[in-house]
Amino acid sequence: MSEQVTYRDAVGAAIRDAMTADDRVFIMGEDVGRYGGTYAVTKGMIEDFGEDRVRDTPLSESGFTGAGIGAALGGMKPIVEIMTVNFSLLALDQILNTAATFRHMSGGQLNIPVVIRISTGAGRQLAAQHSHSLENWYAHIPGLKVLAPATVQDAYAMLRPALEDPDPVVIFEHVMLYGRTEALDKEATVDLSSAAVRRNGSDISLITYGGSLYKTLEAAEKLAEDGISAEVIDLRVLRPLDDATILKSVGKTRRAVIVDEGWKTGSLAAEVSARIMEGGFWSLDAPVGRVCSAEVPIPYPKHLEDAALPQVDRIIAAAKLALGR
Amino acid sequence: MTMSIFKMPSLGADMDAGTLVEWNVKPGDAVKRGDIVAVVETQKGAIEVEIFETGTVSKLLVEEGTTVPVGTPLAEIEGEGAKPEETPAPAPAPTSAPTPAPTPEPTPEPTPEPTQAPTPAPTSAPTPAPTELPAAPDKAGEKPVSPAARKLAAEKGIDVAKLKGSGPDGAIVYADVEAVVGPTHKKEAPVSGPSKPSAHPGLDFAEMRKAIAQAMAKSKREIPHYYLKHQINMRAASLWLDETNAERPPEARLLMGTLLVKAVSLALTRYPEFNGFYENDTFRAVPEVHCGLAVAIRGGGLIAPALHDCETLSLDDLMAAMRDLVGRVRTGHLRSSELSDPTVTITSLGERGVDEVYGVIYPPQVAIIGFGTLETRPVATEDGLDAAPTIIATLAADHRVSDGRRGALFLREIEKLLQVPEAL
Repeated sequence: MSEQVTYRDAVGAAIRDAMTADDRVFIMGEDVGRYGGTYAVTKGMIEDFGEDRVRDTPLSESGFTGAGIGAALGGMKPIVEIMTVNFSLLALDQILNTAATFRHMSGGQLNIPVVIRISTGAGRQLAAQHSHSLENWYAHIPGLKVLAPATVQDAYAMLRPALEDPDPVVIFEHVMLYGRTEALDKEATVDLSSAAVRRNGSDISLITYGGSLYKTLEAAEKLAEDGISAEVIDLRVLRPLDDATILKSVGKTRRAVIVDEGWKTGSLAAEVSARIMEGGFWSLDAPVGRVCSAEVPIPYPKHLEDAALPQVDRIIAAAKLALGR
Repeated sequence: MTMSIFKMPSLGADMDAGTLVEWNVKPGDAVKRGDIVAVVETQKGAIEVEIFETGTVSKLLVEEGTTVPVGTPLAEIEGEGAKPEETPAPAPAPTSAPTPAPTPEPTPEPTPEPTQAPTPAPTSAPTPAPTELPAAPDKAGEKPVSPAARKLAAEKGIDVAKLKGSGPDGAIVYADVEAVVGPTHKKEAPVSGPSKPSAHPGLDFAEMRKAIAQAMAKSKREIPHYYLKHQINMRAASLWLDETNAERPPEARLLMGTLLVKAVSLALTRYPEFNGFYENDTFRAVPEVHCGLAVAIRGGGLIAPALHDCETLSLDDLMAAMRDLVGRVRTGHLRSSELSDPTVTITSLGERGVDEVYGVIYPPQVAIIGFGTLETRPVATEDGLDAAPTIIATLAADHRVSDGRRGALFLREIEKLLQVPEAL
């Protein structure tokens, strides 16, 4: 049974349902309580669940992420919200050196079932300290699972398996997705290992994730008008990457363009491209293309911000280049 | 000019048929003895099949994906010196591209272990890459040709230099080759790399269980086994091994299993009635010792592929061969000869086993030698009691071929050899 909800409300509903189902689940972060969340995801939650389970924290990402990791060690199931991926760098020490490492360092005796939600991406004119896409920094780290739900359905359904996972899971929510409204079926489940084919096609594989999914789908529609059949793959799990789905698609279309809001150098797009070379080289008909963000701090002015990010026209151009059209 | 037929090989007494999964050669390719020419799927998994002739492939008789009985002709091979009739300008260097090295096991344990290891196997063992490197000469040297187009052109014997390209920068792409050869069955392009999540590409554990069941039931039905056991003092071997390894970096160290295999192999050269095959009511001794080494596969199943010519290998070479073999068992890259021709089997319980193991002979072999776990046990000497590292060796042998007295001498010979480890 499905209903139309926003991405924001889907994330909120997932958190509420998890807190209702399991006393060990609680949420902490900057402004999640009285203010209702920077992106209003946790609005009204403090009234419904109380201050113990919806905890406002000081402005110290390292401190409260570390506290969340400690709570997870103590048997709780914390959800830590970090306002933006730029700020998450203050907590990177806790995430990499503690959360991702403890199972290894303790010889398997200690595990950290923490879920860390981080908003990411540009498009709201929040300038160069609140707009970056650093998902690949986390996808680089063994010991983490990294998710990037792009649809309302995934935004809701991915939280439950993330909380059930015995190890740390980082969830990236793109800031331009919160207002999107789509159908949600609360009963449908999802695993944390597979990419999703969002559109079938035969001429080229467009591979993307997170906030770039809708631009890529729009580009695919426009390519169809020119007689080009594009397949769109939503990675949605950034670590571990679902190689099988990627290689199956590229094996069929023989061409690939990767759309990634991260900076091109050392990007997830680079990783996906390398995996296509390793596993699908003999099936290729063209060099693998990449559409990434310009290698600048994301600008504040609207027209410059737009110019810095992957856009539909650039995706179309890259696809046509790969097709020699 | 000689013409020979390359047939579906028998990769074990229990194999009736195999599926040709992949050709690694095409008509016109030169092959030499030992080249891996095809991949055959059997109950034991995907096996790389070697060829025993040197010559030129003139015709492939069976398509990929076909299951045929053992002995079915798969390809025609023209002997050395024969000229292929009208092969258009054979592509240079039609040799196999190297397959990617298997992911190294974190700690290679060349000692076969029949117990199931509790750790999960790595999940991204590579599947075999498409092994041919189509090297269609790009005569102009300028015109770009896509990898997919090159591959198809090479398969179909098309000279891409004559084609017109429709891809980026005028590149010749798959569709341009397809336009000449006609639509190909749109089989999804082969994908290699970490595409299969299985740690054991091509292994079907249920099928493998079935194969083990058939072989073992046949063995117990037909082979009159007799069993002997003998405790061997391993003090000299242990001391020598410790001293030798102390000087070496970890990757160059020897394992006790290597000494055991070498000692058995040397003993077999003196007791040939335990090394060979019993077929059609007669025993055929084999001069070379190809030890089948029972290796447990993580996740279930057991396989005993051959280490070739063990009696001639130095301990270091034998260690390297064991490491390589065990690694390939675990990543599913066994070769046909390793499955079809072990002349004897050794099963060793390694560190986590029990005192004694009595094997079931793998037909048509006639003996299996077992080693229990190396333990410190009381040993009575003329001076009293000694606590010595010991190992219990067992022999299960085919009474149609040998008798207990010879079996006892054979076990004694292994014991004798292990007392002088430096001579192994």
